[in-house]
Amino acid sequence: MTQQTSGLIHGLYAEGDPIQDTKAPAGPIADRWNTRKFESALVNPANRRKLSVIIVGTGLAGGAAAATLGEAGYHVKSFCYQDSPRRAHSIAAQGGINAAKNYKEDGDSTFRLFYDTVKGGDYRSRESNVYRLAEVSANIIDQCVAQGVPFAREYGGLLDNRSFGGVQVSRTFYARGQTGQQLLIGAYQALERQVAAGTVEMYSRHEMLEVIVADGRARGIIARDLVTGEVETHLADVVVLATGGYGNVFFLSTNAMGSNVTATWRAHRKGAYFGNPCYTQIHPTCIPVAGEHQSKLTLMSESLRNDGRIWVPKRAEDCDKDPREIPEEDRDYYLERIYPSFGNLVPRDIASRAAKYVCDEGRGVGPKVGDFRRGVYLDFTDALRRMSKEAVAEKYGNLLDMYQRITGENPYEVPMRIYPAVHYTMGGLWVDYDLQSSIPGLFVAGEANFSDHGANRLGASALMQGLADGYFVLPNTIRDYLAKGPFEKLDDSHEAVVEAKASVDARIAKLLEINGDRTVDSFHRELGNIMWEYCGMERTEEGLLKAIDLIRALRDEFWRNVRVLGAADTLNQSLERAGRVADFLELGELMCIDALHRRESCGGHFRAESQTEDGEALRHDDEFAYVAAWEWGGDNGGAPILHKEDLVYEFVEMKQRSYK
Amino acid sequence: MTGMNLTLKIWRQAGPRAKGEMVTYPVTDISPDMSFLEMLDVLNEQLTARGEEPIAFDSDCREGICGMCGLMISGKAHGPEVTTTCQLHMRSFSDGDEITVEPWRADAFPVIKDLVVDREAFDRIIQAGGFISANTGAAPEAHSVPVPKPKADRSFMAAACIGCGACVAACPNASGMLFLGAKITHLGELPQGQPERDARVVAMVNQHDHEGFGGCTNIGECSLACPKEIPQDVINQLNLDLRRALTHGH
Ligand SMILES: Cc1cc2nc3c(=O)[nH]c(=O)nc-3n(C[C@H](O)[C@H](O)[C@H](O)COP(=O)(O)OP(=O)(O)OC[C@H]3O[C@@H](n4cnc5c(N)ncnc54)[C@H](O)[C@@H]3O)c2cc1C
Ligand code: SF4
Ligand code: FES
Repeated sequence: MTQQTSGLIHGLYAEGDPIQDTKAPAGPIADRWNTRKFESALVNPANRRKLSVIIVGTGLAGGAAAATLGEAGYHVKSFCYQDSPRRAHSIAAQGGINAAKNYKEDGDSTFRLFYDTVKGGDYRSRESNVYRLAEVSANIIDQCVAQGVPFAREYGGLLDNRSFGGVQVSRTFYARGQTGQQLLIGAYQALERQVAAGTVEMYSRHEMLEVIVADGRARGIIARDLVTGEVETHLADVVVLATGGYGNVFFLSTNAMGSNVTATWRAHRKGAYFGNPCYTQIHPTCIPVAGEHQSKLTLMSESLRNDGRIWVPKRAEDCDKDPREIPEEDRDYYLERIYPSFGNLVPRDIASRAAKYVCDEGRGVGPKVGDFRRGVYLDFTDALRRMSKEAVAEKYGNLLDMYQRITGENPYEVPMRIYPAVHYTMGGLWVDYDLQSSIPGLFVAGEANFSDHGANRLGASALMQGLADGYFVLPNTIRDYLAKGPFEKLDDSHEAVVEAKASVDARIAKLLEINGDRTVDSFHRELGNIMWEYCGMERTEEGLLKAIDLIRALRDEFWRNVRVLGAADTLNQSLERAGRVADFLELGELMCIDALHRRESCGGHFRAESQTEDGEALRHDDEFAYVAAWEWGGDNGGAPILHKEDLVYEFVEMKQRSYK
Repeated sequence: MTGMNLTLKIWRQAGPRAKGEMVTYPVTDISPDMSFLEMLDVLNEQLTARGEEPIAFDSDCREGICGMCGLMISGKAHGPEVTTTCQLHMRSFSDGDEITVEPWRADAFPVIKDLVVDREAFDRIIQAGGFISANTGAAPEAHSVPVPKPKADRSFMAAACIGCGACVAACPNASGMLFLGAKITHLGELPQGQPERDARVVAMVNQHDHEGFGGCTNIGECSLACPKEIPQDVINQLNLDLRRALTHGH
């Protein structure tokens, strides 16, 4: 066990009451969701139109929820910051979506998908939620096919499946490399159908900047019209956040440029607990950083590891040589060397860390960015020899083309270079079984909540979770909440509304007023470097403490020295970014505190102090088998308060993993 | 490798009703590995440092899939390669080049600011009928309706459209028929799309015309500019479907 240097770690946080009730029904796991649905109150169709729902986010989670609640007859207002709901970041998912259909008769089942997800999450997720996810997964495929999602099919006309992310059954449905796009277009079309039907009002190019909590309930949001700059108040009976992940706290990630934490962070500051903020997934096969100008990183499907071999030169002197001239005996196929049985197919986190280590040793390849070369070879030479160029192109053609477009190098001739990048955040707002946060009336869906993936997410299960939440879970649980409504009528003069609007106005004014010397991006980059260095693939107590100091200093400087030009009453992209970076600067600190307090390694969270002799992540179930739900410590710099939700495993036995 | 020096001529327009103009910005030491938008990021950082308001342009995924980016680069929608603006890299240019950068130009896509345009007309075309009516929960088992592979593949090909609007920007008539044809083909090739097929095409074409997009005169620039290489024959399918729907009395 990692030794703790002092009390509650340097007074960085305080501990509050544990969370006792997650509202999951008891009983056999297979019956729980039916029980909950049956117990959930009904709303008379005639009353639905009088009940209003705000849904922020139009990705798979938000888009699906808005369409479904619109169909049910509620009055829905839907928001996104892009110019169209169809552009939410879900569009970028490539690989596929899992569902326990067992179309291949290869032994898959709801229970197996549940089991794999709990195990994949390294025993840090809630069994009831995960089981429900597996249970509704099959309905998702039916729904999408009915909407016209063009999944890959076999010659007989039936749906094709592949195996994905190291599992032994073929349960992944896909649409070439565009699964996210096709699923999202399905949800988007269903949403636009409701816009036409008059049940959904669409607000695109709108950014939510505050949640309104009145008399103990979430009752609305403050949003800025990004075109006119107008700060608007929107009120409703219930608010849903489906605003995606916060990987952009690292500046460079595979997320879209606009992905942000603002919506969930503002809610956190208003009382919503933030669950497991330090759980981040780093994906091993991304295209490395090319230079200081880099604005984002591009993922390449990890299926490339099935046929590509990963290596670096044995000697640092060889790192700037043409790789084709480095003879076999001078190459280090380090994954094959260290993990002889899994080789290049070890899980994402192990492959990522191993790449970091060889580069830290000075054996990375590609251009120097800063002091180091950050890249390793992913070599298809053997595959080309074994399979023919045509066969490789048939299987991986579009990925190799994408690589060539971005790097200008031909992967059929020169080994590709890859490096890990931040890809997904398992943490998010804490929610109960109903997906309700600790603020009554504030529900959270998709990547924005912490719910189903524990400390690590399996491939092809984020799309599944987004659509499960949006199509099937939320519409049932929200109904139960709305059955208590409509709530007392609010108007713009209510003190909570006035306060929320005033705080947004003040913040915008402040950002424009500072007129310092540094651009927003320069702060964001610096924050990203700190997070990547100290709260990235490997974390230590010393590094995290240092990061917290660095972040605090940077945040101070930001509020003194940022330069945001332009006005508030027009399209102003620097202002948009400034607000997002300001929130990342607060989130980053909480992520470090969470990582610091969790003195174990689990899933995507690797504490160097907690590893086995073989260098594997070592969990401490006796002490850390809980969800860390953080309460905001107050605007006056109070320390965040930790609430623990104990994780009880009744149906799956906890095991330590091994890939040697 | 040393960087390139380029002269950029960029459309600046303060707001929807403001008068716009081309402004010249020299940029130096541009790495060929930068994407076109990263080059604009670098310029914007420099403008901010000089106290000039940065240039507004749209982008989000920066990996060629969300359809948010889109610029007329030296007169070509998305520039000289068959790809999106965000996936265009500076190695496609040479030292000393002069590059003009403008927003999409079309009545149906009014300029909001600088290089940012309003493309909500596309959403309204989808609202008119670009969907299959299948309420959540009402779906039959996915395998109950097999789809012949050639049809599934063709549907998929058309569904690859990212709604970027390059087809409209490239068309001398500013027609949205390639976008429209892609949706008609995506849904029309599938058995699930049949019940609404006639009504869909009529409603979508009406909305398209109502938004102020031009008609198609078979010039073919749309397909050449399309980053997803949607073929022109989706417009043929659109016309066939429309004729069929009209003979069915729609
Ligand atoms: C490159 C890439 C590949 C991936 N591949 C896979 C895969 O193959 N399989 C898989 O299962 N998962 C994959 N994932 C993960 C998966 O795509 C995401 O986790 C998932 O799509 C998130 O969906 P969402 O609905 O929660 O959020 P998003 O799709 O991110 O949507 C967020 C929405 O919130 C809106 N929003 C955000 N903030 C605000 C605000 N402040 N105000 C107003 N609106 C706001 C946005 O406009 C957007 O509409 C991948 C992720 C990436 C980055
Ligand atoms: S058809 Fe092509 S050019 Fe037109 S919107 Fe779709 S992807 Fe863009
Ligand atoms: S920014 Fe998404 S396609 Fe270019």
